[in-house]
Amino acid sequence: MPKKEKSLSSVFMNGIIAENPTLRLVLGTCPTLATTTSAINAVGMGAAATFVLVGSNVVISLLRNIIPDKVRIPAFIAVICTFVTMVQMFMQAFVPSLYESLGMFIPLIVVNCIILARAEAFASKNGVAASAADGLGMGCGFTLAITVIAIIREILGNGTVFGLNVFGAGYEPMLLMILAPGGFLVFGGVLAVTNLITARAEAKKKDEKGVIHA
Amino acid sequence: MKLYLSTAPHIRSGANTQVLMRDVLIALLPTTVAGIYYFGLSAAMVIAISIFSCVLFEYLWQRITKQPVRISDLSAAVTGLILGLNLPSTAPWWMPVIGALFAIVITKQLFGGIGDNFLNPALLARAVLLASWPARMTGATAYAVPTCWSGADAVTSATPLAGYEASTMDLFLGNIPGSIGEVCKVAILIGLVYLLVRKVISWRIPVTFLAVFALLSALVGQNALNELLMGGVLFGAVFMATDYTTSPMNPRGQFIYAALCGVLVCVIRNFGAYPEGVTYAILIGNIVTPLIDKYDKPRLYGRLKKEKKEVTANA
Repeated sequence: MPKKEKSLSSVFMNGIIAENPTLRLVLGTCPTLATTTSAINAVGMGAAATFVLVGSNVVISLLRNIIPDKVRIPAFIAVICTFVTMVQMFMQAFVPSLYESLGMFIPLIVVNCIILARAEAFASKNGVAASAADGLGMGCGFTLAITVIAIIREILGNGTVFGLNVFGAGYEPMLLMILAPGGFLVFGGVLAVTNLITARAEAKKKDEKGVIHA
Repeated sequence: MKLYLSTAPHIRSGANTQVLMRDVLIALLPTTVAGIYYFGLSAAMVIAISIFSCVLFEYLWQRITKQPVRISDLSAAVTGLILGLNLPSTAPWWMPVIGALFAIVITKQLFGGIGDNFLNPALLARAVLLASWPARMTGATAYAVPTCWSGADAVTSATPLAGYEASTMDLFLGNIPGSIGEVCKVAILIGLVYLLVRKVISWRIPVTFLAVFALLSALVGQNALNELLMGGVLFGAVFMATDYTTSPMNPRGQFIYAALCGVLVCVIRNFGAYPEGVTYAILIGNIVTPLIDKYDKPRLYGRLKKEKKEVTANA
């Protein structure tokens, strides 16, 4: 346990900016590439993953002193599976069209490495409230990042945002952006811009501190 | 007599990037003229926009990233011209612009600029455009039947590979629907002879590429001559597979690379989903090039093969 308790809000913000799972930790790239073909898919995927993250983080944090260290990974997976099954059934019942379009990627949330990583790195070492805040922050960070990627891909590849036409009838969509290569291209581009912004921000911080650098 | 003492190289040629690229531009001139002759003003527009946007993107990128601006080495102009010649004359203005963006910024500059790109920029741009707007790059409405400045309205048709009927002579002269630069085989051959005479390229890649392709086409029961004259295989083998950066350095590697390209074109044409496979064949060849170069290192001068084996055995 860290000596100095971090405030819940800083734990939450950590997942969105400093350790954004998609853009800073580069975890969960499979759903990032696969479900960003439209903004609505990305939001649906993000919401489902966030629910599972918060749920599994809370339960694993509660059980962290009971689970034997040697079998912790199977135990974590069992907990995560429970929440994924819940979210899968919920989506099938209430948002069948989204369930259809996400298809295989909902059960695959089980093996989403963001969720297992947070269980291992955070929830198994921290209290319930902090774990819930971490799960929510990571989930929101993931959702935000993949939604940004999906909006870019949907605009270029389909001429729409959340299904609304932005360019008018004359626009000929760039199919490539909806296909797999477009996912890699846009993901790479967004990563590059994030790194650029982070590098600039860090350089600025150093300047403010008065550190001389070559 | 005056003697100089200096380190190698002792024999210098005047060749630099600009001279080589100028030679490529000259070699492409007959093809360009033939394309404009067959497809009219729209072909000239596609080529002009393509060259202009390639040079502009190179200039802007080098300015934005604070590098020295090197558009005068003409490499961007060559990429632009080859990209333009790879497009149908019916392409709207924004297609060469987006193609140029992918060729120059994404394929070339993001990987380090001239000499560091692992794919042929113009070819990648073509592949991107083909995947993005398939109806404009392939199929029955993408390519115009040559009008030869007769004032007739342009009619679109499938290419010979997709069913357009043409005599062998028409295929050879270029009086067929197709990409601007690929139709006129006479002009491409003139360009090839010029490049060989000026020693800009060696015969190894184009000749091996075409020979393997023709042989294999005959083996699978096609008319080898017509196969050679249809589509972009000749243009690709002469102007795109021979790009220095993306083809192997040593003769043996060049034979392997060119043979691979030839095999792939034949396989894609006869067994693949696309009517034409030159783009993907050469791109795959480009990707394999670093591997070929890795395993095809020339023997060091003065060192025997046996000696080499012993060294590795001892290591």
